Amino acid sequence: MEIIASGAEAVIALEGNTIIKTRVHKRYRLKEIDEMLRRDRTRTDVRLISEARRCGVPTPIIRDVTDFEIKMEYIDGVPLKNVITPALSEKAGELVGKLHSCGLVHGDLTTSNIIFRDEKLFLIDFGLASIDKNLEARGVDVHVLFQTFESTHEAHEELILFFKKGYRRTFSGADDVINRVKEIESRGRYA
Amino acid sequence: MTLILGLEGTAWNLSAAIVDEKDMVAETTATYRPASGGIHPREAAQHHASHIGDVVRETLKKGGKNIDAVAFSQGPGLGPCLRTVATAARALALSLDVPLIGVNHCIAHIEVGRWKTPARDPVTLYVSGANSQVLAYRAGYYRVFGETLDIGIGNALDKFARSVGLPHPGGPRVEELAKQASRYIPLPYTVKGMDFSFSGLSTAAQEARKKHALTDVCHSFQETAFAMLVEVTERAVAHTGKKEILLAGGVGANMRLREMLGLMCEDRGVEFYVPEKRFMGDNGAMIAYLGLLMFKAGYRTEITDSRVNPDFRPDEVVVKWR
Repeated sequence: MEIIASGAEAVIALEGNTIIKTRVHKRYRLKEIDEMLRRDRTRTDVRLISEARRCGVPTPIIRDVTDFEIKMEYIDGVPLKNVITPALSEKAGELVGKLHSCGLVHGDLTTSNIIFRDEKLFLIDFGLASIDKNLEARGVDVHVLFQTFESTHEAHEELILFFKKGYRRTFSGADDVINRVKEIESRGRYA
Repeated sequence: MTLILGLEGTAWNLSAAIVDEKDMVAETTATYRPASGGIHPREAAQHHASHIGDVVRETLKKGGKNIDAVAFSQGPGLGPCLRTVATAARALALSLDVPLIGVNHCIAHIEVGRWKTPARDPVTLYVSGANSQVLAYRAGYYRVFGETLDIGIGNALDKFARSVGLPHPGGPRVEELAKQASRYIPLPYTVKGMDFSFSGLSTAAQEARKKHALTDVCHSFQETAFAMLVEVTERAVAHTGKKEILLAGGVGANMRLREMLGLMCEDRGVEFYVPEKRFMGDNGAMIAYLGLLMFKAGYRTEITDSRVNPDFRPDEVVVKWR
C-alpha cells in the first residue's frame, strides 16, 4: 500500500488498482464533531458517488465501505488543475451541468477534484455533496469552482466563460444559477 | 525614515497612529461603546466625528513632525463610519500638504502581521465582527480562498450573545461561559468547499438555549464555529502549500480558537503566528503601516479617487509592494 495523497481531511492510499480513502482524526476538534463529520462524510461520499454515476457523471466504482474508510476504483489520470484549458473548462461545465440536472450538488468543486483520463472528466471526492435542487446550493457549487479558477489559474476569465458555455448545454436552469453566483459574490461582508 | 499617519474607523474603534519602517511611534484610540444592543452605524459615526479631532491632535503631538503621508481605511466597513474618517483624512492631508493613501482594511490586518511577527508568506485567517476570510498571496494579489457566505463570526457570536441576554461585545463572555461547560450539543456545521456560513448556527444556538444550559450552548457554539474556520484554513494550507499561518482580527483574541489553530499547525508541520493583542483588533498602526508600504511603492490616492467603499474586497488591490 502506497500513500499517494495526504489532503486536508483524508489520506489516499493506492493498493493495486484500488484507492483506499481514510478520513483522518483531527486533534483540534471535539471527538463528537470529529467522528460525526468523518462518518457522515464517508457515508455521503459513497452514496452520492454511486448516484452521480447513475446520472451519467463519470465517478469511481465503489468496492467497500467501513466507518471512516472507502475502497474504490483508481482513476489513473491527472487533476484538471494541471491540464486545464478553455476546452476542458467547457467540458467541466457540461459535467457540472449533468450533476446539477440530476439534483445533486458536489459541495467541494475544485480543479483538484476533477480528474482527466482518456479524454474524459471524472468527478471525485463527494464528501461534502448533497441532494439539493436549491438555486443557492447550485450557486455556491459554481461559485466555489470559480474561486479556484481565480485563485490558482492566470487566465481565469476565459475559463469561466467556457465553463458557462458547457454548463448551459447540459443544464436548463443554468442562467438562474449563473445569476445567483453573481449575487453570492457581491453578498454578505457588511450587513 | 518615512513617517506615515494612519486613520482607522471602519466600525467601533477609532484610532490614529504614526509609524516608521521600524515601529509604531504614536497611537491614540477612542472606542465607541453602544449604550445597549450592538453597534449602531450612525451612532458609531457620530462618535468618530466627535472624537477624531482630539485623536488626531493627540497623535500628532506625540510623534508628528514631518509626516510624509496620511493613510486611511477606505473600506470595507460601515458606510457612515468610513465617510466620517475619510473626510478627516482628506482634510488632514490637505492641511499638512502631504499625499493621501486609501488602504484596504483587510490587507492592513495581514501586513501588520507580517511586520510584527516572523510570518513572511502566510495563509491568513482573518476573523472579526464583520469579516471572516481565509487569504493568501498569489501572483500580485491577496486572494480570498474562503470566506463567510453570510455574516462574520464575530457578528454571529454577538447576535447569539444578545439573544441570550449577554452584553456587547458577546464574544469574550461566550468564551468565559464555555469554559464551564459539561457537554457538547450538536449544532449545524456548515462548510461548503472553502466557504463557511454562520447565520444558521447562530439561530440554532438560540433555539438550543431553550432546552440546554447556557454554558453548554456557548461551548458548543464555539467548538462548532471554530472547527469550521480551522478546517477551511487547513484546506487553504493544503491547497497552496504555504508553510505559515497568521491569525488576524479581533476574534483572534479567543484562546480556544488559538489553541485549535495551534494544534492543526503542529499536526501539519506549519508555523503559527499571532501578533500581540494591540495589532490584532482594528488599529491605526496597521493602516499607517500598509500606507507606508504603499507610499514607498509609489501609490497615491487623489482626492477625486478617495471615495470610501463599504464592500472593498482585498482581491481588488494590485499588490506592488511585495
